[in-house]
Amino acid sequence: MSILSMSKILFKSILHGPYTVLYPIRKKENYEHTRGRVDITVSDCIFCGLCQRRCPTGAIRVDKAGSTWSIERLQCIQCNYCGEVCPKKCLKMGNQYTSPSFGNVRDDYTNARVSDNTENH
Amino acid sequence: MGNRTVIPFGPQHPVLPEPIHLDLVLEDETVLEAVPRIGYIHRGLEKLVEKKDFQQYTYVAERICGICSFMHGMGYCMAIESIMDVKVPERAEFLRTIWAELSRMHSHLLWLGLLADAFGFESLFMHSWRLREQVLDIFEETTGGRIIFSVCEIGGVRKDVSPETLNKISGILLSMEKELKELAKVFLNDSSVKYRTRGIGVLSKQAAFDLGAVGPMAKASGINMDLRTQGYAAYSKLQFEPIVETDGDSYARTSVRLREIFQSIDLIKQAVSIIPEGEIRVKVTGNPNGEYFTRVEQPRGEVIYYVKANGSKFLDRFRVRTPTFANVPALLETLKGCALADIPILILTIDPCISCTER
Amino acid sequence: MEQQIIKMILPNELLAETLHLRNDGYRLAAISCTNKDGMELSYSFDKDYDFLNLRFVIDTDIEIESISCIYFYAFLYENEIKELFGVKIKDILMDFKDNLYKISVKTPFNMKKEE
Repeated sequence: MSILSMSKILFKSILHGPYTVLYPIRKKENYEHTRGRVDITVSDCIFCGLCQRRCPTGAIRVDKAGSTWSIERLQCIQCNYCGEVCPKKCLKMGNQYTSPSFGNVRDDYTNARVSDNTENH
Repeated sequence: MGNRTVIPFGPQHPVLPEPIHLDLVLEDETVLEAVPRIGYIHRGLEKLVEKKDFQQYTYVAERICGICSFMHGMGYCMAIESIMDVKVPERAEFLRTIWAELSRMHSHLLWLGLLADAFGFESLFMHSWRLREQVLDIFEETTGGRIIFSVCEIGGVRKDVSPETLNKISGILLSMEKELKELAKVFLNDSSVKYRTRGIGVLSKQAAFDLGAVGPMAKASGINMDLRTQGYAAYSKLQFEPIVETDGDSYARTSVRLREIFQSIDLIKQAVSIIPEGEIRVKVTGNPNGEYFTRVEQPRGEVIYYVKANGSKFLDRFRVRTPTFANVPALLETLKGCALADIPILILTIDPCISCTER
Repeated sequence: MEQQIIKMILPNELLAETLHLRNDGYRLAAISCTNKDGMELSYSFDKDYDFLNLRFVIDTDIEIESISCIYFYAFLYENEIKELFGVKIKDILMDFKDNLYKISVKTPFNMKKEE
């Protein structure tokens, strides 16, 4: 029956100092494989709609006639299933997280080469 | 004749990771019986098989629970692979085993921290979770996620681990083992821990068998049942012995889980030394047709997955029988005759994972 | 785990078979239910990693006996099947009377499809 069995651990932790990182002054670096946002290079996209069919949550919407590809940021679960089935390999997963927002954020990407689009995202 | 009162326990309680409700019938601070009530996290995940096809359902199966998420994904993929007769490459089997054992370590460390918090030993709780952070960092480096990995798929795994990373994992685990030994000394020898767990909630071997206890609950009562000896994934190539204690009280369950952490470190070291080179996934075409029962050993016990498919891309039925579902009757039995102050500890010793129970 | 035997029985043989398995030393592992061409109930037993299933198919209006008199802990599985599928099981030792999950839709796995 010992009552001071924790003393060695406590002593070591006093000498070591804090194990935590003072966020947001010092941020933690994400690893290379960290699942973050899904990003698209819209100029390679052929709007086949495979990613829309395969997405488990239905966050992606592809409009072939209007040449737009949009994703609902908060519904995406960052699984990268869309990136694997894309035939043109234009969907990539970065390692920065989606930033928090107040409501549903739908990011639209339009192909700038199409003549009747004036905006470039 | 004592005074009988009925006290509601839960669904919100500082000691519970997930909500469960118990109605306790007390007579002067001794519990006579308990009536459980679950259903606070029922999401109806089994009905989603009708909407999501079997490839998309891997992501849903992983999200049944946050603590045992990898094993759910692995069990689902194993069931579908058995129906479709897909042979997973060896390197993928070893990688799945390594991730499964790391999952077991992080789950047991989480439980140890919660147990220490339950009797007020906060610094022990913080140290257990600090060691758990190192395991979560390993997960993030190899798979991309800390809790939910999305790395298991039908036909193998999606991400490979380079040999340098594997050696780095071995190094981290070696330094963790030293710190874990000091932590284990506190858990097993400290007088306050012993006072709160010795002799509390005794479950005899016959009672554990009659009530259908699984996992560390049964192992602490003397029943030798460990599904990893059956040799699914890469376990047939690894050497280990199931850990069994005979006392049957909460101290024995703590000891079983602590020793399982050390056993997991040993298993990972063996797996890293004999992992072969090769492919990590095979291409899967077609739809499953048939039915199969798969059993996997999760940190909390034995899980049974039942998949029934009919040849289209939607499954007919997917059923998960989780270990906490089987341990709840054993909990009701151990609660009889205990004091009011011991109730949080007893509920924690079954390692309740309620979101698994009520998918 | 490779040994998976599925044995088809009749609903009225259920109690006799489970008593037989209980005396043999089997433990009840799970009770599952599938709703396809009638209710297909599967009782899974396990002994020393030997997996045995008893299976029968019934309609929703047939009543079956509960096995909680032989295996007490079957009450949880049977309450869940009663609530989600609407199978009539009588004499469960601890009957929640459809209050286990308290879902808003009655028997969601057995919904009549609206054409």
